[in-house]
Amino acid sequence: MKTSIIVFPGTNREHDMAMAVETACGKKPQLVWHKDTDLGSPDLIILPGGFSYGDYLRCGAMAAHSPVMKEVIVAANKGTRILGVCNGFQMLIETQLLPGALLRNKTLKFICKDMHLRTENADTEFTRKLGKNSIINVPVAHGDGNYFANDDMVKDLEAHDQIAFRYCDAQGQITEAANANGSSANIAGILNKNKNILGMMPHPENATQNWQKNKTGLPLFESIMEALA
Amino acid sequence: MNNAAAIKQTAPDFNEPAITPEVGAQFGLNADEFALMLNIIGRTPSFTELGIFSVMWSEHCSYKSSRLHLKKLPTEAPWVIQGPGENAGVIDIGDNQAAIFKMESHNHPSYIEPFQGAATGVGGIMRDVFTMGARPIANINALRFGDPSHPKTRHLVNGVVAGVSHYGNCMGVPTVGGETQFHSAYNGNILVNAMTVGIADHDKIYYARGASPDQPVVYVGSKTGRDGIHGATMASAEFEDGVEGNRPTVQVGDPFTEKLLLEACLELMQEDMIISIQDMGAAGLTSSSVEIADKGGIGVELDLDAVPQREPNMSPYEIMLSESQERMLMILKPGKEDEARAIFEKWDLDFAVIGRTTDDKHLRLNMYGKTWCDIPVPPLVDDAPIYDRKAGYYKLQDEIDNAAYALPKDSLCETLRQMICCPDIASKRWIWEQYDRLVIGNTKYSSGQSDAAIVLIPCHPDLALDAGEGSRATKQKDSSASPQNDKPQKALAISSDCNPRYCKADPVRGGMQAVAESYRNICATGAKPLAVTNNLNFGNPEREQIMAQFVGCLEGMGEACRKLSYPIISGNVSLYNETSGEAILPTPVIGGVGLIEDWEKALPLGFQNDGETIILVGEDGNHLGQSLYLKEVHGKEIGTPPKVDLESELNRGSYIRMLAEKGLITACHDISDGGLLVTLAEMAMAGHKGAALIIKNADAAYWLGEDQARYVVTTSDIGNIMALPEAQKIKMTILGKTGGKDLKFENGESISVDELIDLNERWLPDYMAGK
Repeated sequence: MKTSIIVFPGTNREHDMAMAVETACGKKPQLVWHKDTDLGSPDLIILPGGFSYGDYLRCGAMAAHSPVMKEVIVAANKGTRILGVCNGFQMLIETQLLPGALLRNKTLKFICKDMHLRTENADTEFTRKLGKNSIINVPVAHGDGNYFANDDMVKDLEAHDQIAFRYCDAQGQITEAANANGSSANIAGILNKNKNILGMMPHPENATQNWQKNKTGLPLFESIMEALA
Repeated sequence: MNNAAAIKQTAPDFNEPAITPEVGAQFGLNADEFALMLNIIGRTPSFTELGIFSVMWSEHCSYKSSRLHLKKLPTEAPWVIQGPGENAGVIDIGDNQAAIFKMESHNHPSYIEPFQGAATGVGGIMRDVFTMGARPIANINALRFGDPSHPKTRHLVNGVVAGVSHYGNCMGVPTVGGETQFHSAYNGNILVNAMTVGIADHDKIYYARGASPDQPVVYVGSKTGRDGIHGATMASAEFEDGVEGNRPTVQVGDPFTEKLLLEACLELMQEDMIISIQDMGAAGLTSSSVEIADKGGIGVELDLDAVPQREPNMSPYEIMLSESQERMLMILKPGKEDEARAIFEKWDLDFAVIGRTTDDKHLRLNMYGKTWCDIPVPPLVDDAPIYDRKAGYYKLQDEIDNAAYALPKDSLCETLRQMICCPDIASKRWIWEQYDRLVIGNTKYSSGQSDAAIVLIPCHPDLALDAGEGSRATKQKDSSASPQNDKPQKALAISSDCNPRYCKADPVRGGMQAVAESYRNICATGAKPLAVTNNLNFGNPEREQIMAQFVGCLEGMGEACRKLSYPIISGNVSLYNETSGEAILPTPVIGGVGLIEDWEKALPLGFQNDGETIILVGEDGNHLGQSLYLKEVHGKEIGTPPKVDLESELNRGSYIRMLAEKGLITACHDISDGGLLVTLAEMAMAGHKGAALIIKNADAAYWLGEDQARYVVTTSDIGNIMALPEAQKIKMTILGKTGGKDLKFENGESISVDELIDLNERWLPDYMAGK
């Protein structure tokens, strides 16, 4: 089981991600510099959070055209598992590996706070250990995490079980108040149709260590590690 | 990349004025200083030379009004590796690791342009820290705004917070704490003080000193433009006439470039290539090259054509005085240029060899085929004027009569309702939720969770070595770098403190109190206070009352730091904080750093469990002078600030640390603004848990007095605490028990924790929304 974390200029959560991976499977992931085109034939590719290329254009837009992303797209289409978190999710959207768009938060401000997420699809390699409708409490830290999909797209996502997580309250209710960034249908994370790609705005990697507020993000990493072991 | 070729090789006509004492005055040099400069050079200086002299002798660079007094501060302790004088201070934190930190102000720029002013303030202080080889692991900030009712306040809060958020978040350095206060004295002059804490291995700390002759001078980072030239003091018709001269004097920050610069510098610093390094902050290339030359006892000759430039036809004066951000100057080991260049090119940053060090102690600047500056370096630093400015007699406030401010019968809850949503106590969630407090993944407690932020110390400043393998550190030397799993992991405790109202009422006591409160906040988490950085914000030092405030605060601060073995290892002085003759409150902010050997023993401030005993450590409250209660409930800022007993601070601080170390207490909060009443409410809100109090006392001073050296702790082990010998020496009072949804008083009054939280959380978002 090999994990490669892609590091772009401006990426800043690769360390957090590496800690989570190592905690879940005991093995250090490989950090791959964006100018490399050799991904090291990983079983799992992670696109971590940060501000790639400063995100002065649309977030993730520059990274989506980085040489290494061509290789990521090839791997994704061959079925390699891809996890994109925060800026990584933005890149997956920009490369159109995942549908929709990520807009400025409805508050027009950066938001860093713990959010409850309800697991909508537990029948994937990423979410199996979480269980359907289970609630995890993980932080968000983003300025542009307002997921947009029109009604038809949301219906399509639902029809194909592509919604992985929704923002909810502590009891699991999908409410407007729980939807801090204003995402369509409270969507926090989505899968592609093949379910080998997961993109999400919240940071499960920041809920995996003893000193962090909780470890409810850890089962996500354990799920994918076990599935690929 | 070197775009010198693109630049005209013959000098354009810069239309620089003839140098006269009047021009010198425009540059801020008074007649005596101008004469001294002529005497040193032995001829009339060129325009470039005048610019360099004036900026090096400015208050900001020379500390001419403050230096005499700063010298009196204690800066040493066995664990201090580097005190004031370098880019930041350095302390030993064991295991061959060091903590490197400093606080710095960006007050005036933040008032003119709050977003960029605050952003570049944060960028500047991070650069100071990573210049020394440290990975920044935490930022905090101390903000002071004008009265909420002032028409500019909302706009300034909005811009400053967005600026701090923009820069810190993008850099991937968590902003874990700080303080925000409001007072009408800051209406025309806000304070934005930012602090960065980094870590480095002992053998990988870099200094400005150490350069020798005939070594390459290297410029890295962003290109140089015309931004920020000569701060706001510059006034010259020639520049005002041109478009270039009308650019704002506030610099524009690019956190992405700084992130690259951080990673490139730390990568380079893993190798043995750098001899000396200095960031280009205030006064840019001038102060960085002069510092390196002066500290090395050498000269520097620069070829300014080779400086990466953002725009054409820049004059040597502009290049030397530009404050473009995200730049560094370094002296490399001869022959290492190509290896170093490869690292910077990997990160897509400019890298240019722009000169060499010399043995003649001169600063010589060549451009467009001629020499524009040739002046001796030592006088720029050593002969900078020092002023012993007169400190006038300072009238202290009179004591007040507590009886005049008694609480009406059964009004504890009503008073608490008023206090808990006043601007200084109200939750600052609206601010800190805009800061990424978690990136790097090592944050244990941040804003609102404990008296000082708690951040775990990574095993290695190159985080890639800590938690991953790969091309980020291709030539990594593994060995001691791997985490030692058998040993508890250490954490740093970080806090910022100052009560400016105390400082105004009694500068000596106020300065002392700021240090004592910092010490207390660190101890309240269970950490050992190690050292501080200070950010001294005052008005115009040429006024005797302001100088008296400055001297008084430093005296108090010095005494407290000495007694508490809490030395000042770095700092910043910001004077002339006034508008139309109205000075700010004296605001000597203390940024404190402590160490806890095992992060699992760090204490939060909120009530943790039901049925625990709540204990007051220290005497009953008795002092209402200058309290927040008087200000908020009675509208008065009167009386003396509370006395500071350093012996008690020391004893009780070590007592609290011992209780934390033994695991006998579950939460701890120091008593400060708002006294015991607000302290208990804050503990209830943070833990979302009520308490039943058994204290029979109706005195305002008991509940709201801000007497010093006091803590409130909770325990499930009261028997063992009372059995300790210290329990005989330190006064402790059982206040009640935790539990339930309400804060219940002995007289039957009660208020729900939910209501407290609602009041406390609502004020700032409502205010920012214009409600």
